[in-house]
Amino acid sequence: MSAAPSLLAAIRVTEIWYLGLGAMLFTIGAVGVLVRRNPLVMFMCIELMLNAVNLTFVTFARSLDDVGGQVVVFFVLVVAAAEVVVGLGILVALLRRRPGATADDVAELKG
Amino acid sequence: MLDLVWLIPTLPLAGFLVLVLGGRVLGEPRAGWLATLCCGGSFLITALVFFGLVDRGAADRHFEQTLWTWLPSGSLHVEFGFLVDPLSITMALFITGIGTLIHLYSIGYMHGDPKFSKFFLYLNLFAASMLLLVLGNNMLLTFLGWEGVGACSYFLISFWFSKEANASAGKKAFVTNRIGDWGFMIAMFLTFQATGTLQYGGEHGILEQAHTLAPVTATAIAALLFVGACGKSAQLPLYVWLPDAMAGPTPVSALIHAATMVTSGIYLMTRVNPLLAQGYDWLPNTIAWVGVATAFLAATIAVAQNDIKKILAYSTVSQLGYMFLAIGSGAYVAAVFHMVTHAFFKALLFLGSGSVIHGMHEEQDIRRMGGLRKYMPITAVTFIIGWLAIAGIPPFAGFWSKDDILLAALNKNPALWAFGFVTALLTAFYMSRQVFLVFFGEERFRDAGADLPADEAHAQAHDEAQAEAHDGAQDGAHDGAGALAHAHGVEPHESGWHMTVPLVVLAALAVLGGGLNLPFTDSSKLLERWLEPVLESAGRSTETHFSVDGSVQTGLAIGTALLCALAISLAWTIYLRRKGADAEKIELDLFAHAWHYDEGITAFAGGPGRAGFEGVAALDRNVVDGAVNGVGSLVRWTSSKLRLAQTGYVRSYALGIVVGAIVLLGLFLGKAA
Repeated sequence: MSAAPSLLAAIRVTEIWYLGLGAMLFTIGAVGVLVRRNPLVMFMCIELMLNAVNLTFVTFARSLDDVGGQVVVFFVLVVAAAEVVVGLGILVALLRRRPGATADDVAELKG
Repeated sequence: MLDLVWLIPTLPLAGFLVLVLGGRVLGEPRAGWLATLCCGGSFLITALVFFGLVDRGAADRHFEQTLWTWLPSGSLHVEFGFLVDPLSITMALFITGIGTLIHLYSIGYMHGDPKFSKFFLYLNLFAASMLLLVLGNNMLLTFLGWEGVGACSYFLISFWFSKEANASAGKKAFVTNRIGDWGFMIAMFLTFQATGTLQYGGEHGILEQAHTLAPVTATAIAALLFVGACGKSAQLPLYVWLPDAMAGPTPVSALIHAATMVTSGIYLMTRVNPLLAQGYDWLPNTIAWVGVATAFLAATIAVAQNDIKKILAYSTVSQLGYMFLAIGSGAYVAAVFHMVTHAFFKALLFLGSGSVIHGMHEEQDIRRMGGLRKYMPITAVTFIIGWLAIAGIPPFAGFWSKDDILLAALNKNPALWAFGFVTALLTAFYMSRQVFLVFFGEERFRDAGADLPADEAHAQAHDEAQAEAHDGAQDGAHDGAGALAHAHGVEPHESGWHMTVPLVVLAALAVLGGGLNLPFTDSSKLLERWLEPVLESAGRSTETHFSVDGSVQTGLAIGTALLCALAISLAWTIYLRRKGADAEKIELDLFAHAWHYDEGITAFAGGPGRAGFEGVAALDRNVVDGAVNGVGSLVRWTSSKLRLAQTGYVRSYALGIVVGAIVLLGLFLGKAA
């Protein structure tokens, strides 16, 4: 069991890991928005993309020793919270009227 | 005393304002008296200003009073001020003088009219505008008065507007005058462009600068002003409105369409005489020919008219033509002289005809009159004086002024003189015809209308329509009599003192008016010496001075007078003794239809003119509107295609964003590499 800790200890978690994780999360989110029809899932995917970007900001803030990146993250969080309030409100209204509605059904609102 | 000049137009204006507010309350006849007093007060003040001006030396007779700055706009600086000089005060004197007499006359003439106070309101507004026109010290102020008198003329021509013919006569006058006003406005723009001011007098005024202008500029300004004068003073080709303007009440015809407003063109041309002197020679020649052609044409038309007022209207057009002949010949003094004497005798003739119409219960056709001198002696005597004055019989006023003009025309071009001379004979003839048919001979009014030829039925119907419009305006008693008139003839009666007093005063002026400018010695040419300071440019006189042998001058004058007397006796033979030539051979259809000029205009405007304007309208619809609408439909079409991209599917928008992001990423990476 002593090999495993040493193996883990040999791995140095550098910025590239965080950036890679951020890129992966962003891709998952982007593909999710493109392929899914369920509005709630699409919504979660958008949140995923936002947080992937947040992760990238924090990583760069740390590596460049610039607190600005972290400040931006706070802003993003605040905006995201506001967006969630509005978005969920619309979603609840939509699903209450038409249970099981998909994002494509909203196209009916087009003039 | 010259400081009082601002009161001259202000008094009639005040009268107008009072009548606007309280005219109905004042009612008849107080509203009329108020208006008359305002005009009379204006006359008294004009006389005071006149004496103030006389007190000054000849070179010093120029006074300007600025009330306030009207338009302080950059380099355009227009004052609201008055110019007192021999020309403007001469105009103001006869405008207010004759105006007062006609106001007084109107009190009698408009008796019983439901719009009594309104009539005087317009008359006062007219007097104020006309005085502004002649007293204004810049072109814009003159133009304000010019438009003011035009508007009043329109209101008063169509005063009895419930009749279709009257309303359209007013419109005709207004529209025709717009053409002239266009010329006036362009002339103003040009003047400002060339001289930088609109002021007449003063060191930097138009008149002082005139001799420094390029001849082409001076000619252009003067020619455009002449276009304006042609409209207002009823010259060819714009004279058509004046004969129709007789639809208005007769005092209006006397005041506006004979004595004052229609002479404003003469005033304007005399005012800008330095411009005419500076311009090319073709312009005075044109003015002289237009004047003499109008005089001749209108005189021939007057020979064949049967409406008592139409004859006088064409006569007015003809006499105005004489004045333009004088202007074109460089005889400004003669033009102003004839303007003044014409104002006297033509106002007299119009008021006399109004008295006849009144006494005949709204009958206007001279074929249904005759022998009236027994029934209305004062009107007859005064009318006869007016007739002798216009016919050029010495010693009445018209003889002297017409003689001056003919002499100047002879000096300019014998052909001009020949036309003017024939016109003088025609004038004597048609006026004699009118007088003989109205006041002498058998009494034809008792069997009214029965003996008229059938082909005149239309004209008669028209006359009756006008007469009825007139009737409606009179009181009940007259109404009944008027209706009776058409059935069984009428008993004519003399008019009241309101109407006869102005006739007598004007008759006296028509006798004595010639005394203003007697040609015997230099000292008897009062008007010439009086106007001398106005008629000069850069120290040189703009008046054409010429010397004629005394015997030639006397011979011409006597010859003209004798031939005029011959024309009168010819009319006497034809119309009273019913001998010699048959009347119908003289009263050609061509003349009765005014040389088919009106019909020609109607045919042109209705045919090619209408087609032309419809073409322009089509061009506007298809090309101008087409361009505007084309832009609109292009945008609509493009957007209808573009909106297909807007599906409403969130995923397709998201895909767009992703593709865009990838493309941008690719660009940046490509740059970095």
